[in-house]
Amino acid sequence: MISRDLVIVGGGPAGLAAALAAYENGVKDILLLERDQYLGGILNQCIHPGFGLQYFKAELTGPQYAERFIQKINHIKEIEVSLKSLVVHLTKEKALTYIKPGAMQTLTAKALIMGTGCRERTREMIQIPGTRPAGIFPAGLAQKLINIEGLLPGREVVIIGSGDIGLIMARRFTLEGAQVKAVIEIQKESRGLIRNVVQCLDDFNLPLYLRHKILKIHGKDRVEKVTVAEVDDKLQEIPGTRFELACDTVLISVGLIPENELIEMAGVAMDEKTNSPESSELSTTSIPGLWVCGNAYKIYDVVDGVTRDSAQAGKLAAEYLRNLP
Amino acid sequence: MKLFDVIIIGGGVTGAAMARELSRYKLKIALLEKEVELAFGISKSNSGIIHPGTQNPSLSLKGRLCAQGNQLMRGLAQELGVDFKEVGELIVIFQEEEKARLRSIAQEAEALGVPGLQMVDRPWLRQHEPNLSPDIVAALYAPTAGIISPYRLVYDLAENAMKNGVEIYTAHKVTGIIRPADYFEIQSTGGIFRSRYLINAAGLWGDEIANLVGIQDIVIKPRKGEEYLLDKKLENLTNHLVFPLPTPTSKGIIVIKTSDGNPMIGPTAQDGEDKEDLATTDQGLNQVLASAQKLVPAINRDDIIAYFAGLRAVAGDDFIIRHENQCPGLINVVGIQSPGLTCAPAIALMVIEILRQHGLSLQKKRRFYKNRKPFTHLFALPLGKANKVIQKNAAYGDIVCRCEMISAQEIREAIKRGATTLDGIKFRTRAQAGRCHGGFCTTRIMKIMAEELNLPCSEITKRGPGSEIIKASRENEANDIT
Repeated sequence: MISRDLVIVGGGPAGLAAALAAYENGVKDILLLERDQYLGGILNQCIHPGFGLQYFKAELTGPQYAERFIQKINHIKEIEVSLKSLVVHLTKEKALTYIKPGAMQTLTAKALIMGTGCRERTREMIQIPGTRPAGIFPAGLAQKLINIEGLLPGREVVIIGSGDIGLIMARRFTLEGAQVKAVIEIQKESRGLIRNVVQCLDDFNLPLYLRHKILKIHGKDRVEKVTVAEVDDKLQEIPGTRFELACDTVLISVGLIPENELIEMAGVAMDEKTNSPESSELSTTSIPGLWVCGNAYKIYDVVDGVTRDSAQAGKLAAEYLRNLP
Repeated sequence: MKLFDVIIIGGGVTGAAMARELSRYKLKIALLEKEVELAFGISKSNSGIIHPGTQNPSLSLKGRLCAQGNQLMRGLAQELGVDFKEVGELIVIFQEEEKARLRSIAQEAEALGVPGLQMVDRPWLRQHEPNLSPDIVAALYAPTAGIISPYRLVYDLAENAMKNGVEIYTAHKVTGIIRPADYFEIQSTGGIFRSRYLINAAGLWGDEIANLVGIQDIVIKPRKGEEYLLDKKLENLTNHLVFPLPTPTSKGIIVIKTSDGNPMIGPTAQDGEDKEDLATTDQGLNQVLASAQKLVPAINRDDIIAYFAGLRAVAGDDFIIRHENQCPGLINVVGIQSPGLTCAPAIALMVIEILRQHGLSLQKKRRFYKNRKPFTHLFALPLGKANKVIQKNAAYGDIVCRCEMISAQEIREAIKRGATTLDGIKFRTRAQAGRCHGGFCTTRIMKIMAEELNLPCSEITKRGPGSEIIKASRENEANDIT
């Protein structure tokens, strides 16, 4: 079987930082596998500013932030980038199988770094009752539709959850001429960064309903309205507070889940609550020579932290490879 | 105008099974469906259970057709390449006193010829079904119960029927029927059709179709069922379908195995009036969860990854399958609720017999294509085999839906075989049916659809007109300017 010194799964901010750091620390055989058709991961659809304030001491957009890494990686011939390459199988011996157009490849990694990112929690995971019409989107999908594809998913929007993506999408929809009817948050404060509450809601006079929850989604073919109510300290509906909001779109922004099905398949000890690896120190897992970094390791607020910690994982992998017999 | 021999109204599993069975004969056949794709009515919410014949009285149409359908389904699935799995069912009891009811169920089933029935006790259950509640004292085991994908069965039946000459018209809602001479003239939203025989398999709207020709004694009421799907990680939660003792109106809340791997719990049985009310409810969720946990205590609220509601078409206690003497040539096939999926192949044979009795000449075609080219599902192949498929056709290596491992080639294939909507693609391929619910792959699928169907993205729908995914596109704005 083919063996590679270091394989990195994921070409988003985590994988990019890990690859660069590993190279800078002496690893000369790196394979970077990215399932999408371009590097940069979710940064590509984050066209708003606010990236890099800590790491680059500059305010960049997502694509600009990614570009700084992609430029470097593209000039390093020791880092082989394979796009449209989806890893479908992983063993505890770090043998991995990936699929790309026209080929299925199996190889062994001496060291392996997983930067597989995260996925959005869905409407189903919070079990909102009602119908299942068109017009219900995870906030990140709506972001991709608008920013990458130039498609506007809705005109009258209710956003469930006040996480950062939800807040940013409230502003984005408003800038596109859509009407954001409400951001509904079950907790008593926003889950997002304060700067996002100010810049994305307050600056546009968008209503944030704290301590409210969605009781039902209505609509046959397309979303028509939602039923909302205020909740008490136990997050239960307060009788008499029900009201309806007409809308054609519901965005779901209720949190992110690390994507770790591959390491789970390989037998890495997992924390079931967070869907991330059990880990004694940053990025380590129960399998020696296998690290997890970025949002797959834990959900970060800002990308600068992902870069910093993933670079550390790259360094650890380099050290590990140096010490191999 | 072309005169058809037989027109079937309704593209659910009953209509599709009849179309396929009739396509063996030298007949001109058409099937009219009001939705944009087949299986978009009752069939899409079916649990996918192929019942053995333990749930209905031996003298009922349901009981007889179910036992027969269970046997017929095996051959049919093999011919069409549908994934039928015989997993067996357990009807469980919590009290020793209930054994008498189990025995009477067994007697009824034996009268129908259901094979292999066995009363099993606690030690048997502990060994073969370790996650069952320890409070369960015994069960009736019926080994011939099976599972199938209900919508894929419909698509595969229809595809094979078309291969054998049946014409299928989707988005053709029937609005009027007259009988000017010894044939029917059927007005639809897609045009006028003429046919010598007419089969009403219109599901929830079967009464309205019957009304169009003056038949008043059929009333169909919707009975809602909510179903909750659990994470695929729990595929082996149970080894069998697990039923409680049935009630007069329903089989109760079942722990179901599905052909896609995800266990399913449900359905509720709620009588209503609105034939379009597909909303799930908090009460439904709580009821399903509590009842399922009674059978399998390990089930957790957080295991739920998807849910939906379906409507059963209830027209009294039994199916109504009959020729209408007051309207010669019309056969009503209505009130087909559970176990309708299982019964479908047997219903098809029964209806053909009725047609024969009422003067339709049935001559077998010299050449009937009984097999269908199976759909290649990458996720269903062992890695070695998948590799060969990818090497032969590079597009199988272009993965679109990462959660379920569905390639661009499979999406294109689904479109070639008739998918025109996102739901149609989901039902055929499982793309968007995984953990992320399409969060990652929807845009890519839309683009492939736009390309294959030669449509702008703005016209792509979830399940037909009115369910467009997006509200505006830059492409359109650019077009407006030029």
